[in-house]
Amino acid sequence: MSRSDDSIGGPVGDHVAALTPYARSLGIAVDRYEDGVPVITVPFASGVEGRPGHFHGGATSGVLETAGYAALRCALTERGVQPQLKPINITVQFLAAAKNETVFAMARINKLGRRNANLTVEAWQSDRSRPVATAVMNILMV
Amino acid sequence: MRFRASGDDWVELELPWREDLLGEADRHVLASGPIISLMDMASGLCIWTCKQKFEAIATLDLRVDYQRPARERAAVIGRAECYKLTRSAAFVRGVAHDGDPDDPVANIAGVFMSINAEARRVPQ
Repeated sequence: MSRSDDSIGGPVGDHVAALTPYARSLGIAVDRYEDGVPVITVPFASGVEGRPGHFHGGATSGVLETAGYAALRCALTERGVQPQLKPINITVQFLAAAKNETVFAMARINKLGRRNANLTVEAWQSDRSRPVATAVMNILMV
Repeated sequence: MRFRASGDDWVELELPWREDLLGEADRHVLASGPIISLMDMASGLCIWTCKQKFEAIATLDLRVDYQRPARERAAVIGRAECYKLTRSAAFVRGVAHDGDPDDPVANIAGVFMSINAEARRVPQ
């Protein structure tokens, strides 16, 4: 878990604490912030392994989803609101096998309305220009 | 995760309720991530059941529509059905429910691709 870079971004510690029990069980942490958007990281471990030496598709999806919620939480915190977030749907595209290396994920908020948000999330490993998976999420805010 | 049942073209798995898979710390409701894992796994198994052989497959696209949160402390059952199989692609649909299949937690649709030996020999 990287917590050494608290100074460069937002309150990393607070957001690590805010990660869901599920995210923590996957070994997910906030790596850093880029323009106020959290970059989520998860090291390769047996808990995320599917096919030997590769990430399980479900684990990759969990990382994408967590990055989506984290980005939305940050944006909402900036607006001074804390609604409950409910998933509407997620579509994950798997582009390449995620190997036994650390996975990073970062979301882009395409629409932030009053009731719903639409996000695009990208996950990559050593080469950021070659994402291993992308996702589109719709989230309801109540 | 455990196996429950299977047929010619479908497989049913069960994900028992677990404290460390919660979506929110203060509510005893399963996160949505494990449901994707459950359905991805059930989808793969139903494709192998349908093909009647084990062959490496890759998930191309998996869509999950969440209808409602799972009940507190409830196990989630994932049923996936392979409704179309071509030489290179497999199409899957399924539901995740917590007891009543007519009142699902989520609906899913996925597309998988076979990674067969011939395809691998094609130069990149």
